[in-house]
Parts: sequence; structure tokens; C-alpha cells
Amino acid sequence: MSLAIATPNAAAQRNWLEKLGAGHIILAVALVLYPLVASDFFLTQIGGYSLIFGMLGLSLMLLAGYGGMVSLAQITVAGIAAYAIAILGNNNSNILGFGWPWWLAVPFALLAAALASALIGWISVRTEGIYTIMITLAIATATYYFAQQNYAIFNGHSGYAGIRAPAFWSVNWRDPRPFYYLCLGLAVLSYAAVLYGSRSTFGMTLQAIRDNPRRMRALGYHVTAHKVFAWLLAGVIAGLAGVLLVWFNGRVSPGTIGVDAAIDVLIIAVIGGLRHPIGPFLGAVVVILMQTFAIDIVGAERFNTLIGMVFLVIVFVSPDGILGLWGRIKPHLAQESLRPGP
Amino acid sequence: MSLLDRPSQSALSEGGMTRRQAWGLVGLLGVAIIAWLVFAVWPDWLNAILISKKAFVSAILNGITLAGLYFLVASGFTLIFGLMRNVNLAHGSLYLLGAYIGYEVTNRTGYWLLGVAAGFAVLAIVGVVMQVFVFRRLEGDDLRQTLVSIGISIVAADLMLAVWAGGTYQITTPEWLDGALTLPIITAVRSNGASVFLTYPLYRVVVLAAAIVIGVGLWLMLHKTRVGMMIRAGVDDRAMLQASGVNVHAVFAIVFAVGAGLAGFAGVVGGSALSVAPGEDVRYLLASLVVVIVGGMGSITGAAIGALLIGLAEQIGLVYFPTYGIVLTFVIMVVTLAVRPQGIMGKAR
Repeated sequence: MSLAIATPNAAAQRNWLEKLGAGHIILAVALVLYPLVASDFFLTQIGGYSLIFGMLGLSLMLLAGYGGMVSLAQITVAGIAAYAIAILGNNNSNILGFGWPWWLAVPFALLAAALASALIGWISVRTEGIYTIMITLAIATATYYFAQQNYAIFNGHSGYAGIRAPAFWSVNWRDPRPFYYLCLGLAVLSYAAVLYGSRSTFGMTLQAIRDNPRRMRALGYHVTAHKVFAWLLAGVIAGLAGVLLVWFNGRVSPGTIGVDAAIDVLIIAVIGGLRHPIGPFLGAVVVILMQTFAIDIVGAERFNTLIGMVFLVIVFVSPDGILGLWGRIKPHLAQESLRPGP
Repeated sequence: MSLLDRPSQSALSEGGMTRRQAWGLVGLLGVAIIAWLVFAVWPDWLNAILISKKAFVSAILNGITLAGLYFLVASGFTLIFGLMRNVNLAHGSLYLLGAYIGYEVTNRTGYWLLGVAAGFAVLAIVGVVMQVFVFRRLEGDDLRQTLVSIGISIVAADLMLAVWAGGTYQITTPEWLDGALTLPIITAVRSNGASVFLTYPLYRVVVLAAAIVIGVGLWLMLHKTRVGMMIRAGVDDRAMLQASGVNVHAVFAIVFAVGAGLAGFAGVVGGSALSVAPGEDVRYLLASLVVVIVGGMGSITGAAIGALLIGLAEQIGLVYFPTYGIVLTFVIMVVTLAVRPQGIMGKAR
């Protein structure tokens, strides 16, 4: 990604606080202070888990929102990173487990995820729109069945268990509070990277390709290369989420990368909204709160129906998810008109 | 297509072998080899390589009959997509619902054929309802149609779990469909010189026959009838068809009914050959996806070719490299996309 600063003079003159925006500052303070009020359950099961799935949604948002490529294989990419951590590091499944330290295993896991994502992208960018959804869904499902059948690498149906988050700098990152801050830090990093990247030359080109690939091709841009690079970047973010996910669960199995999980990521991104990188995080909080507490409302069995229904209503009412709803409500609240959307 | 046609025409004028003829020769050679593999008595070295003749021929036959089932599911999927550009990712749910309905009706009435008919009829109605109340509102909006169909499949899977629980059901087939067929294929020669012929379940052969009949029927409907003409016109230019006074919505409803009905029919037929359980919806959705990606979307012939390739790959993979069977399917998909992104019989987009 090239480092492009659109208007250096104007940007330098603006206060960094202004550039950051009031919303971001309030949100950041709230998220940093959240552990003071939250119980351990809310800290990890809601907070950490939402941040992880928010990152997965973010990697999808990067592809779908900026690149126009809706992928159902983000959980597959995360799963590859998770399996890599289990295989390269330690697990108690008595199979593979090379015992690499975390600082060696994590970069390799991210590399594997990024390369896998680029490969999936390279296959699927040959097609457009709905075909991308179908092909990524086929890839995700095929990977799931493969992981389930393969005992030599993936340890079949049971997968790997006994994977621990590392302890370093005299902090045990498995404890709720450090783990929450770890998730928060990586989520903020990914969020900022996507936001920054979207305004970079590469991000602008990608969005232009989304809007008119033929024109961009005619202008001499290598459309496929840009798209595949976007997949690579999305793969890094999904890979990070995968590493966190395997540390969070302590285990990884084919169920982790199943079709349900793949669809969960799509639901999260769509419910939140694909227009802005904050959308997937909003969606993740909503969906995970729903998944956690729907059991109390509709019983342990039928919460999928509730989630499916909410998803259907949101797709019907507001194609842009919660962000779109907010965009429509906001003018009424503030008594001012918003910028017209695209 | 133009790239493919041009060399053949120029070659024709020069008197050489055209590309098509060359491929025809390769095809004939392939057919001859397969025919020899199927009908000849195998020498020992071949048995050593391919486990046994029985295993090989069974894998081929299982692949072809499974292809019949896949074709039934995927033809509905591709039919709906072909005209309405509507990727109905709830197609697997239609299959599973059809299977459950077939199970209930067969179980209560005792008539398997009634179960098959119910599977088709109920799902055809469900299809029309979905088309009228859901997809008609989202016409032309691909992404939302996809998302809504995913939402429907989630809710449907959960509700089916609520009604039929997580157990596995088997639809009982009538007696006249049970039993085995002795095929004129020698699998081995006993030491006393008697030939051992291959026996194969009759039911699976009937499934294949049904798939062929329905496939030919669909092809005739699409290419020889007025409705088929409208459907094909709608595939090419929906607005023009509407402008020429055809009730496009009615055509859409018919297509959706046939497509969804076929999924339900396949559900009953498949549920009798294999089993009915939660999770089958995803399996058949994946099969339909891969079949139409390989065969080319919106093409009945493509669905047949794709189903044959995937069915054979799956069964041969199951026998010869069980762990990597799914990878074979996947490789076929990737190679197809690399050579022909629009699928084998797909039109260039």
C-alpha cells in the first residue's frame, strides 16, 4: 500500500484531535474503561468475542464495502490461522504440535491466512457479484468437509484442543482483562488500518474498481491484482481474528469453520452495515448479545430462528444495516440533512 | 465462443482436422477405454492398481446414480437462477423440507409414490409463496435476494430441527423398488470358469432413470414449448419479454414452482436412497452450487454435465482416496473456473 497523503498542508494544520473525531474519542474511552464496570463474563464472552467477530466482519467489510466482493470464506481464512497456531504451537491432542513459541507461530499463522485468502481471492475474482458469494461459499463448505475428513493435518472431527494464549511481559493473556485489552488493541489496529487504507491511493483505486471495473481496466489499472491484494489484506485481519479465536476457545475444530459460522460473519457484517468499518463491530455486538441472551427469551432451542428473523427484517427494512438505519434517523434527531448517500 | 468457432472454420477450408473433430476423437478414445474397463475381465495387474473391478465399477455406477440425484437438485437451482437471476441459497432447505414431507406422507399413508408427489407438490407451492412474497419484492437486487434466502435457510433449518428433531430418518421404498439388478458386467471369473456378474440396487438405477426422464423433459419444455420459449427469452432479455405482452410474473412463478418442486422431489428420492437428517440441506446446497458453477449457470445440459463430473469425482474419490475426495471436487471447480469462468455450458457474461 502506498503512503499517500492527499492534502499535506490542510492535514497538518488540523488538530489531531479534530482529525480523530469526537465519536472515536468517546468510543475509545468507553472501550478502555469498560473492564471497570464489566464482569468477567461480559468482558470476554461479550466484549472479547464481539471484538473478534467484529474483526472477522471487518475483513468482510473491507472486501464487500470497498471491493464489492461479498465473501463467505472469511471464517475459513480465520480457521486456517487458528489451525496453524494449533499445529505450530502446542496442543494436547497428541498430534503434530511443533511447540513453536507464540512470536514465531503467530506470524506464520498470519502468513498462512493471508496467502490462503489471496488464493481464494485469486480463484473468486474471476467471477463477479453473486458468483463470488457462491464460489466462496463452495470453498468454505469444501474446506469444512476436508477438515472433517482429514486426520493427518486437521485431526478430523475432533480438531485440536488445549491451545493456550501465551503469557509474556509477565502478563497472562488468557486472563479476562488482559485478553479483552489484547482483542481491543488488535481490533483498533485493524479498524484504523482499514480506515486509513480506504483513504489511501490503493483504497481509492479499489473503490473505483468496485464502481466501474471496465473503466479502471481501460485506464490501465491491473484490476485483478488490486482485488487479490485486497483479499490478502483482508486475510491478515481475518487471520488475526483467527489467532484470537483459537486462544479464546482454547480449541479449534471443523465446527469452528462450518457453514453456520461463515454465515454468522456475513450476518454480522450485514446487520452492522457495510458502508463504514465501524459497522461490523456494531453488528458483532448486536448479534452476540442476541446469541447470548436469546436463550432467555425464546428458550435454548429456537434462538437461531430469532436471529434469522432479525436478519431478515434488517435486510428487508434497511439494506445498509444498523448504520443505514442510523443514517436515516440521524437527520431527524439533529434536524439537519445528511450528505446524500451513494 | 467466437474464439472457439474461428479455428474450426478456417481449418475446414484447409482440409485439416478441426478442433471439434480432434476432441471427438479424444472423446471416442475415452469412451472406448471406459467401455473396456467396464466390460472386460480385468488382468491381475489392473486389479492390483484399482483395488478390484467390483470396487471400480461400483464407484462409477454410484457416481452416475449420485449424479442423477445431484442433477435433480441442481436443475431446479439453475432453472430458478437462469431466468430470475435469483440465487436461492435456501435451495438446500427446500430439498430437506421435501425429504421430511416425503417421509411423513409415506409413513402415514404407506404409499411411497404419494410421498414423492407430496414432496413435489408441497415444495412447488412453497416455491410460489417464496417467489410472490419475498423475491418479487427484491427483483433485480442480487445481494439482498441472496441475503434474504440465507436468512430463510437459517430459519427453515431451525424450524425443521424443532419439528423433526436431530434424528436420522429413512424413507421406506416400496417392495417393487427394492432388490438388486444383475448387470451384464463380469466382475471376476471363478476358478471353475463361472462368471460373477455385478449386482446393483434397483432403486439407484430407477433414480438415474427418473433424472434422465426429467432432464429430457425439462430440455423439451425449455426448447420445444411456448412456456419454454418465454423462459429462454426471459433469460436473455427480461424487459423485452415483458414489453411484448408476456406476464413475466406468471412465468417467474411457474419457474419457481418447477424449480422448488424439483428440489422437493429430489428430497424424497434422495431421502429414500440415503437418509434424511439436519445438515443435508447444506450438503445439497453445496452440491448444487458446485454443479452449476462447473456446468454453467442457467443451463440444463450444463447441470447434467456438472452433476456427472461431481458425482463421479465424489464416488471415485470416496473409494480411492477417501481423505482427499472433497479436494477432487474442489479441483474440478477451480480448473473449470480457470479455463472457462462461465462454466462448461455457460454463456459468456
